[in-house]
Amino acid sequence: MINKRTSKGSLFAQRAVAYTVMFLLCFLCLFFFYILLNNATHNNFDIQKGFDILPGGSFFINLQNTLNDANVPVLSGLRNSLIVAVCSSALACYFSALTAYAIFAYDFRFKKAAFTIILLIMTMPTQVSALGFLNLMNKMHLTNTLWPLILPSVAAPTVFFFMKQYMDASLPKELIEAARIDGAGEFYIFNRVALPILKPALAVQAIFSFVGSWNNYFTPALIISEAKWKTIPILIAQLRGADFLKFDMGKVYMMITIAILPVILIYLILSKYIVRGIALGSVKG
Amino acid sequence: MNKTRTVSYSKWGYIFLIPFFLSFAIFSLYPLATTVYYSFFEYYRSGLKEIGPNFVGLQNYLAMFSEVPQYFGNTILMWLMGFIPQITVALLLAAWLTDLRLRLRFQGFFKTVIYMPNLIMASAFAMLFFTLFSESSSGPINSILMNLGIIDQPIRFMTYVWGSRGLVALMNFLMWFGNTTIILIASIMGVDPVLYEAADLDGCTSGQMFWKITLPLIRPMLVYTFITSLVGGLQMFDVPQILSNGQGTPNKSTMTVIMYLNQHLFSKNYGAAGAISVLLFLICGALCVLVYWSQTREDV
Repeated sequence: MINKRTSKGSLFAQRAVAYTVMFLLCFLCLFFFYILLNNATHNNFDIQKGFDILPGGSFFINLQNTLNDANVPVLSGLRNSLIVAVCSSALACYFSALTAYAIFAYDFRFKKAAFTIILLIMTMPTQVSALGFLNLMNKMHLTNTLWPLILPSVAAPTVFFFMKQYMDASLPKELIEAARIDGAGEFYIFNRVALPILKPALAVQAIFSFVGSWNNYFTPALIISEAKWKTIPILIAQLRGADFLKFDMGKVYMMITIAILPVILIYLILSKYIVRGIALGSVKG
Repeated sequence: MNKTRTVSYSKWGYIFLIPFFLSFAIFSLYPLATTVYYSFFEYYRSGLKEIGPNFVGLQNYLAMFSEVPQYFGNTILMWLMGFIPQITVALLLAAWLTDLRLRLRFQGFFKTVIYMPNLIMASAFAMLFFTLFSESSSGPINSILMNLGIIDQPIRFMTYVWGSRGLVALMNFLMWFGNTTIILIASIMGVDPVLYEAADLDGCTSGQMFWKITLPLIRPMLVYTFITSLVGGLQMFDVPQILSNGQGTPNKSTMTVIMYLNQHLFSKNYGAAGAISVLLFLICGALCVLVYWSQTREDV
C-alpha cells in the first residue's frame, strides 16, 4: 500500500545512499579506535616507522612498560578514578532517587518551588562556581583528597530529573498507600518498596554517572596536585604536557587505551540499556 | 481525618529534600556567592606574595573585555563548526531510520556504534587525536595519506588556525552526533503515526512529510537540543585544552572561555577568574531559563 507511489528503483537507490552514509559514519567512529588499539600493540620503533594496518606483538610489553613508569602512576590513577566514579555514582543515584521521591510522593507547600529550582539549575555548568568551590575546599583542607570529587554528587539534577520521570511512569502511588496501611515507616517504604521498583532506572543512571565521573577532567585537575591522588584524566593531560617526542609512543597509546577501555567494555556489555536510556533521559513526557 | 494524615506526611517531603539542597548549598550555591564576591576584588598571587583582597569595584570586569570577547568568539565558532554538521547529520539519520518505507536494517548496531564516542573520555580522545594527527611523517594520519599517495609531505595539521579549530570541531561532532540522532529518533517516534498515514493517503512524498509534519512537531526537541548543546559548547574545555596543551595554539585561536578561566584559577588570579565566572553564569543562567521555559510551556 505504502509503496504504491514510490517506484521500486528509487526506493532501492534511497536505501543504497542511506546504507552508504551509515557505513561511512560507522567507519569514522571506529577507525580512530582501530588505530589506537592497533598502535597499542606496536613498539615505539615500529610506530616511528609509519602506520602499519596489522596488529603487532608488543601489547604486553607496552602494558608492562606503562604500568612500571614511575612518572605516570597508572595503577594509583585507576584506583582513584574507580573510587571516585563508584562512590559518586552511588551517591548520585541514591540521593537523586530520594529527592525525586520527595517531590513524587508528598504534598507540601514548597514542592513546586523546589521542583522548579532543581530544573533551573539542571543546565547550569559547575565551572561557574569553580572559583568559590576551590577556595572552600582549600579552607576545609580537602584539596588533594578525593572527597571534593565525590560529595557534590549528592545533588545531581539530571539524575533527579530522570528518576522523577521514571517514577511518574512506573511507580504506583497505591503501592505506597498499601505499605503505609501495613504500618511501614516512610524511610522503610522508600528503601524497600520504591527503590526496588526503580532498579532499571537506577542501573542506567549509575552507568551514566560513572562514566561522567570517570571522564571528568576540569574539577579534579584543580583540586588534585599530589601524584598519589591523581585520576586518569589528569595523567592523560600530564602525558600531553611532557616532552612528547621523546616519549615511547607505545606507552602513550597504551595509556589512552587504559583510560577509555573500561568504559567501552561496560558499554559493549550494556549498550542495549544505555542506548534506550539516552532517549528516556532527555525527552520530556 | 484525611486532612490531618496528609499534614503528618508532608514533613517527610522536606526531610527527603534535605540532602540534595544541603549539598547544593555547600558545594554550589555558597561557592557561587563567593565567586561573585571575589569578582569585585583585587585578589591575586604574584610569586609567593598574595595581593589583596582589595575592593576595586568593576575593574576586573573592565579588564576582562580586552581578551575575553576573542575567546568567547573562538568558543562559539568551534561550537558552531561542530554543531551545524551534527544537527544536519542527526536530522538526516533520524529521518532515514524512522522512515517506514525505507525500513533500514542494522539499526541497533548502528546506534550502538555512533553513540560510543560520546562515552569516551574527552581528554583521552583529544590526546588520541593529537597523536594521530601528529605532524611527523610517522603520525598515523600523515603516514596513511602518504602511503596512499595523496600527499608527498606530512601536513602539520595543528599549526594552522583552521586545522586546529577543525580538529576540535571534528571531535565535538564525533562525540555528539550519535547522541543527538538517538534523541531525535525517540522524538520522531513520539509523533502520532496517524498523521503520516493521513498524509500518505493525501499523496505526500517523504520529503513533504519530513518538512511539513516531522520538523514542526519535533521543534520543541530541536530547541532543547540547540540550547543544551550551546550550554555544553560554552563549557568547551577538555578537548582544546589537551589538544593545545592549554595554550590555545596556534596564536590563541583555540583558546576557549573555560580554558582562560582555568588559567586564572591555576595562577590563583581570583579577581579575574571571578569576573569571567560571573559573565558565564549570567549567560548560562539566561539559557537555563530558556530551557526551562521551552520545556514547561509545551506541557500546558
